[in-house]
Amino acid sequence: MRFMPHTDAEVRRMLEVVGVRSINDLIAQVPESLRQTASIALAPGASEQEVAGEIADLARRNGASPTFASFLGAGYYRHYVPAAVRAITSRAEFATSYTPYQAEASQGTTQAIFEFQTLITQLTGLDVANASMYDGASAAAEAVLMARRLMPKRNVVALSRALWSDYRGTIRTYLAAQDEIEIVEIPFAATGAIDLEALARIANDRLLCAVVGYPNGFGVVEPLAQITSITRSAGALAISVTAEALALGLLKSPGECAADIAVGEGQSFGLPLQFGGPGVGFMAARSAHMRQMPGRLVGQTVDREGRRAFCLTLATREQHIRRERATSNICTNHSLCALAATAYLSLMGRRGLRELAERNVEIAHRAADVLDRIGIARRFSGPFFNEFAVSVRNPEATLALGESKGVFAGVATARDWSELGDGLLISVTEMNAPGDIDRLCAVMAEAR
Amino acid sequence: MATMGKIRKLPERVEKQRLSTPAAADSHPLIFELSSPGRRGVDVAPRESGFPPGAEILGDLCRSDIEGFPELDEPGVMRHFLNLSRLNFAQALQFYPLGSCTMKYNPALNDEAASMRGIADLHPRTPAHLAQGAFELMARMEAALAEITGMDAVSLHPAAGAQGELTGLMMIRAYHAKQGARRHKVIIPDTAHGTNPASCTLAGFDVVVARSSKRGFIEASEVRRLVDDDVAAMMVTNPNTLGIFEPEIQAIADALHERGAMLYMDGANMNALMGIAKPGHMGADIVQLNLHKTFSTPHGGGGPGAGPVGVKKHLEPFLPVPRLRKGDRGWDFDYDRPDSVGRLRSFYGNFGMIVRAYAYILALGGNGLAEASRLAILSANYLRRRLERHFPSATAEPSMHECVLTHDLEKRAGVSTLEIAKRLLDYGVHPPTIYFPLVVPGALMIEPTETESLETMDRFVDAMEAIHADALSNPEIVKNAPQTLRLKRVDEAEAARHPILRWEPKK
Repeated sequence: MRFMPHTDAEVRRMLEVVGVRSINDLIAQVPESLRQTASIALAPGASEQEVAGEIADLARRNGASPTFASFLGAGYYRHYVPAAVRAITSRAEFATSYTPYQAEASQGTTQAIFEFQTLITQLTGLDVANASMYDGASAAAEAVLMARRLMPKRNVVALSRALWSDYRGTIRTYLAAQDEIEIVEIPFAATGAIDLEALARIANDRLLCAVVGYPNGFGVVEPLAQITSITRSAGALAISVTAEALALGLLKSPGECAADIAVGEGQSFGLPLQFGGPGVGFMAARSAHMRQMPGRLVGQTVDREGRRAFCLTLATREQHIRRERATSNICTNHSLCALAATAYLSLMGRRGLRELAERNVEIAHRAADVLDRIGIARRFSGPFFNEFAVSVRNPEATLALGESKGVFAGVATARDWSELGDGLLISVTEMNAPGDIDRLCAVMAEAR
Repeated sequence: MATMGKIRKLPERVEKQRLSTPAAADSHPLIFELSSPGRRGVDVAPRESGFPPGAEILGDLCRSDIEGFPELDEPGVMRHFLNLSRLNFAQALQFYPLGSCTMKYNPALNDEAASMRGIADLHPRTPAHLAQGAFELMARMEAALAEITGMDAVSLHPAAGAQGELTGLMMIRAYHAKQGARRHKVIIPDTAHGTNPASCTLAGFDVVVARSSKRGFIEASEVRRLVDDDVAAMMVTNPNTLGIFEPEIQAIADALHERGAMLYMDGANMNALMGIAKPGHMGADIVQLNLHKTFSTPHGGGGPGAGPVGVKKHLEPFLPVPRLRKGDRGWDFDYDRPDSVGRLRSFYGNFGMIVRAYAYILALGGNGLAEASRLAILSANYLRRRLERHFPSATAEPSMHECVLTHDLEKRAGVSTLEIAKRLLDYGVHPPTIYFPLVVPGALMIEPTETESLETMDRFVDAMEAIHADALSNPEIVKNAPQTLRLKRVDEAEAARHPILRWEPKK
């Protein structure tokens, strides 16, 4: 088999050295009854050409861009990935190493993580960031658990209803085992942003934290500073959740708006869509809360001769040291995806990231205006970044019509919010040529 | 609210040392230090005329410029990261026998498969009828993993092994709740990975530690001693972290099942078992797999991985949402699962990793997977035998896919396991896992995998023997390792004492 170098002669030599006649002698301690029933009824091995052919066949059965003019978003966003990002992440030196336990042999990975941590603190306006989480949803759930460790006496979690159902669901699952936690879903207002009065009503000394999207699941930019002033007055924490990370290149940072913990999904930063994973979760917080953070952290130090070096640090928070008293069970995270984000942000740079974010705002607002002119109104009045909801009479029929014309016209809001049966969520990015918007309008006009 | 000190500056001693190093010696500046105002690494399309700029549209919602954010050209970015990459040890470059991590070769086709059009650019909200290839691939993958593990149903949902553990424990909790019982305890062997107890806490269970016997495995009598009606489950890694097969696993399963408790099998070490024993036949009710270990997806410097879970029939209703479902109109997702534990992440699984692992399973087939496990076992036993003179095994039991070795150099020469590990770096070998499992003082946990040649393993043996000789005759060489890398020994204690977790612009 092409991945295994051992010739028959070498196998014989190894058996001889070990002092057994066959490999079966080495597994004699496995009960006979188990061994007899262990054979794997799968097709025999295949050549690389056959494997490539089979996967290509499956891939061809999927409808993906560029065949379609796509306006799909709703938690995962279409952005151009510069070729240099893949060139960097496909380096086997990065891809085939593991968690950098041996600092001297891992300076590439540890320095890149240190740079990732710095970039995330710059984008979020907070003091410290970790080495990455699995994705935005699990990062949000871990942020609530972190808040709970910081303030164990408080037990009410204000969860914005305007978050994607995957995020709300993940938070609920992670909290299910935490006794005495009460989750209160805070409704959204006509703006699509959180109902501030409803939040204020539960802002008391039982409130642990508020979890809000920034932008939220409708693409609406929440009034984060107003939200944090409510949580702060109650002594509670504010957690901002960003799925369209590009927005952080233009919007006021969560830290500037006085959020305590900022988490999100970094997929927009150079990661392919891949049907929803792997992306990369990020988490940033204030330095005072550093020791309650979950996940890996890389710190700067020196070697014996005083040269700058990087290594994993504050590991006493982690499962391999602290076991059942660890801040989280996370071990493997999404390091290579964090590297992609680091390379992407380095390329985009100070000007490029902001410009791209602006282009997204412009093209999305242009699409909203054009739709408005043909009578397709926005569902919410709040300010939005590059995604917005519209009201249509029959979302499913509109989507079906679009598909027949090569247009993914958005995502039905009913999928994430059962009460919003009349909406479509439309995401417009730099991947959409001006002609795409014309095609979208034609579909909308016809479906109307 | 717990308050810790602010992040402090480097202490004067270290700062002075750092400044005394010639600037040219630090050939790897941070990306921020390579920045020059005005440089750009991408050309963003200009704004279309007749439309206000984005910053104007959003007005005072916008931030000011990000101070210190990098400004580099594309060649500068490429050179920076490619030079960084050269500072890593990696499986593709050298022997990487990191025990329990299964650092096997990652076939080149895997990445290409995941990059194919229709896979890399498939949006997770694509209507199901236009993503049938992806559903079909996932369904075949679930079936293949069920066949390999002997389980009834598999979910590809969890993002990593530890999240698979959490998923499994939550299912166990939900299962007992459905029977109207609240059970509080989970039994975990003293040899377990740290993720096991940490996952228990997250899932709301108290940990009860089972002690391994002198021979290095869990005896059924120990489980019978510990199990009662408050025990929800036992988590067993098999082979365990000493690399030996749990010979009483079936009796352990029976002891648990008699009291209504579940057997959770941590499949981190599945690379020892393919075609040799199926967890489902051992009595496991649930098993998680680490695709980045057994199924050859890249480890990525710490992920992404993927942690599918397989279960027996009675736990199937509790699997996370969504589930794959085949109806008249083909595949789609089923969210209507009233007993499900819910979801633990967005969408459904690390699809990019699942594609890679599927390519691997196709390439090896049922016979090749079995061959991989058999050769992994032979390789571990070969190394164990060749090294035993100076590095005896921690257990007399036969090894499966990895061996745990000890040594007396600490006593004889004051040379620690850590120092042996650092000296291996000078030989161009990534060290084994060290000081684990915790029950073996100074342990060296070695997992060669089936993809390393005899020559590579022999060179490793030579290196270990040379280190042993040096430790006795010239211990300073070993204690001062590594000598040949860009950096000398990294001061990890300093990093923890004075955490510097980000770069800051010079004031």
